[in-house]
Amino acid sequence: MVAWRPATLVAGRWESDSARTLVLDVPDWPGHRAGQHVDVRLTAEDGYTAERSYSIASAQDGDHIELTVQRVAEGEVSPYLVDVFAPGDRVEVRGPLGGWFVWDAKAPDPVVLVGGGSGIAPLTAMVRERRRVGSPALFRVLYSVRTPQDRLYRGDLGSPSDGGVDLFVAYTRRAPDGATRGPGRLGVAEVNTHGFPADVAPTCYVCGPTGFVETMADALVALGHDPRRVRTERFGSGGGT
Amino acid sequence: MNTVTRGFHGRRGGDPDRIPPGQYETSDFPVLSVGPTPRVDTDEWTLAIVNEAGQALTWSWDAFMALPQEHPHVDIHCVTRWSRLDTDWVGVSLDVLLEDVETTAEYALALSHGGYSTDVPLEDLTDGRAWIAHTFDGEPLAPEHGGPARLIVPHLYFWKSAKWVREIRLLHEDDPGFWEQAGYHSYGDPWREQRYQGD
Repeated sequence: MVAWRPATLVAGRWESDSARTLVLDVPDWPGHRAGQHVDVRLTAEDGYTAERSYSIASAQDGDHIELTVQRVAEGEVSPYLVDVFAPGDRVEVRGPLGGWFVWDAKAPDPVVLVGGGSGIAPLTAMVRERRRVGSPALFRVLYSVRTPQDRLYRGDLGSPSDGGVDLFVAYTRRAPDGATRGPGRLGVAEVNTHGFPADVAPTCYVCGPTGFVETMADALVALGHDPRRVRTERFGSGGGT
Repeated sequence: MNTVTRGFHGRRGGDPDRIPPGQYETSDFPVLSVGPTPRVDTDEWTLAIVNEAGQALTWSWDAFMALPQEHPHVDIHCVTRWSRLDTDWVGVSLDVLLEDVETTAEYALALSHGGYSTDVPLEDLTDGRAWIAHTFDGEPLAPEHGGPARLIVPHLYFWKSAKWVREIRLLHEDDPGFWEQAGYHSYGDPWREQRYQGD
């Protein structure tokens, strides 16, 4: 059995009206690779438990990991973690988990990251890990999000101090005032313009809701990217509670 | 006793005889896959069963569809924690496909279009416990769910139910598939919560 470890909330940070980053202290955390996830277990007083999986959004940082939780209105777990869970409260975590949707911080290859909604979380971990290790790998990030208010990691993802990381944000429902791009879904042309061309053989990571990932992965393949270099992680619509 | 999470009450419900530990019920059909969805035309589709001597039995789409069809009504459990009850499939039992295969192999490796693979003990594919399915809920199986045809082994976590299956290779030795090499459990029994290596 991969061991469950107690985890204590150190701090919470609002990323939007409905998303909160939880900074957890996990004693003896073994470290993780960018893109991995953890299982989180919550136990009620009477012993009832609920378990969910969340991507890690932070770079490696000792015993601390950060998870960003998006509130799902009818969810069992996310409203608790977003609105009730307070510093000093505890859950259990196990991990890190997942050996495929990970970025190798030693890899020199260019990287294309395509995130939809809260699917940006594990991709942000990759950008942060790149920063932490001082990797020279070139990153291009395409981030699809409904409105400016829903955008996560403002001021961090796309920070001008991250030389070599380009960020393109596609607002799908409402664009910021004065934006030249009106609201709309990410299209093949934008993936072409703001990603890397297939002939430089980037590693591509796509994360988000199922429909988004299907469309974006198909677009990358249509643009000539080798399907084996397109790694995906999907949230089912029923899986995000 | 687990660590209690202050203020967490949770929701009860779900039939403990049908929802394995750590799972929750959904009425959706979420997708778990690692890359782009392969699009496989049934004109070009084939299915092969290759025994440990390398001898292959191969079916075209038409030949496969002409085999006796079954209608499994099963519960499915994904390692990403959703379970879906009462799903309806149409497909061909592995018992039918294996009928004329000479083998003493103990393991099977399911290989898919797109490079995906997963390993299963051969006995878990027999005795009416596994099918190659082409229809889900009365509709042709959609590509993102593994169409035109996928393996279904409902008594194991659903990653064992290889999408876009093209070959079942029979082996004397276990050969970890794609997910198993990426850290998932080699067997994957949801009732024993065998999610990851070491569980």
